This record gives sequence, C-alpha cells and structure tokens, in this order.
Amino acid sequence: MLHTSFAPFGRTDPFVDMHRMQREMNRVFEDFGTSRRTTIYPPVNFWAGPDSIVMSAELPGLTQDDIELTVKDTMISIHGAYPSQDAGDDAVWSRRERPRGTFSRSVELPFHIDPENIDARFENGVLTVEMQRPEDDKPKRIKVKAS
Amino acid sequence: MMAQELSTQSGREIARGNGATDRAAMVFDPMVDIFERGDTTVIVADMPGVTPDDVDVTLERQILTLSGQIRAHVPDGYRRLSSEYQEGDYKRVFTLSAEVDQSKIKANFRNGVLRLELPRAAEAKPKKISVKAG
Repeated sequence: MLHTSFAPFGRTDPFVDMHRMQREMNRVFEDFGTSRRTTIYPPVNFWAGPDSIVMSAELPGLTQDDIELTVKDTMISIHGAYPSQDAGDDAVWSRRERPRGTFSRSVELPFHIDPENIDARFENGVLTVEMQRPEDDKPKRIKVKAS
Repeated sequence: MMAQELSTQSGREIARGNGATDRAAMVFDPMVDIFERGDTTVIVADMPGVTPDDVDVTLERQILTLSGQIRAHVPDGYRRLSSEYQEGDYKRVFTLSAEVDQSKIKANFRNGVLRLELPRAAEAKPKKISVKAG
C-alpha cells in the first residue's frame, strides 16, 4: 500500500480542520448580535390607569440588581446589563438568540410624574413600572353651573 | 448532540384554549441559546411573563417540546397606550440528534428563563450476533 502523508497545516492531527471550524463557528457567536446593537432595547409597552401610566418591558434572566431605573421630570430611563454567559471555554455553540450585553434607554412620558409615587415590580422576567401623576398636575374637573 | 428545529414557526399563530375560558393568545418562539459541553446539550429559553407552574417540557423519543403560558403583564382595567412588543404564550419544538439519558435531565426555571441540561445516553453496548455455518 502506498502511504501518502498529507498534513496541510504541518500537523498530523486528523481533526485539526474540524477543530478550526468549531473555533470559527464559536467566534461568529461571540460577537454581539448586530440587530441588538443598532435597535432600541428594551421594547416597552405603555398602559394608562385612571391617574397613572404603566410601563412594562421584558427582561428575561435579569434580577432586580441588574436593572437601574431613574426618573426625572417627564423622562424615565432604564439601564442594565445581562450577566455574561457561563458556557465555559469548551462549549460549542449551535444557536445564540438571547439578548446579551448592556442596554440603556430613555423614554419621554406625556406628563410629569411624581418620583415619590412609583411602584416598580420585577416578576418572571417582566418589569412593570406604575407611575402616578403629581396631585397638583392632574387635570381639574371644572363645575359648570346652570345659570 | 445537536438540537434541530422540527418546524420553523414564522412569527405567530393564533391558539385557542379549550374549556369555558376562551383564551385566544398569540404563540411565539422563545429565543434560545443552545450549546454543547462534552456530552451534554444545554438549552436556555427565554419565556418572560411565565411562572414556573406554567412551563411545560416534554421529551418524546428525540422530540423536545418547550412551552409556556403567560400571565398578563398588566392587570385588567388598564388602557393600552402603545405597544412595541407583543405578549403571548411560548412554544418551540426541537429534534435532538441523539438519545438523551432521561434520568439525568436537569431543568430549572428562574426569572422567566428555562434552562435544560440534556446529557447524552451512554452508547448501547454492541450486541454480538453469532453466525451459524451452513
């Protein structure tokens, strides 16, 4: 039998190509998802109560400590960071869709809110922030007298 | 061991619940991270708005189904002002490329995130088949 010795990278490991492909594949998943970086995050929904406004956002996998909420005048800001993945160095990735990294977003509200009267809850990965209007800011009902 | 999507759900489908409460909800694919570490496949799926009681994981042979039912993010009586994301139930189906040792599956659910560790089953010992002459 004629032996041929073919080691394109100067090595005799038959799996060198496979490992190189695996490393390149992992590198693709290492970068931040391009969509996440350029779009606004997190997406929020707004609801209105009789005298309050509620903002909700989905932030799965975070805890209260990972989220920072600040309020000023008519602006509400939310900052946070997803904890880094603990996959390990020997992990081989197949799919990486979940959000990663830091995020920061400020939203302008349609009216002033009372910073002392805000109820923020975080349950099962959903943040719900209920904000009340300050008493003197609420529209006043004007009595119309019959003359 | 790889996890392959059995069916790609492009967006959402309307699902109707049964029983007296006619629950019409959107169904979405939860976002997943899938990686392998040695013999174990780890699947992490985001299902915000779902409580641990409402998560369902079934493995039939090599077909893995993840599903979750949400509770409304905001209680009744509030008027919707704007909507950048939709709320809905979750469902995603995968075909695993190898047998899983079912007794060693680890699953936990925290802060709306399901984490599954699926170790590969030990290879069945090859059976020696005796060949008779004649």
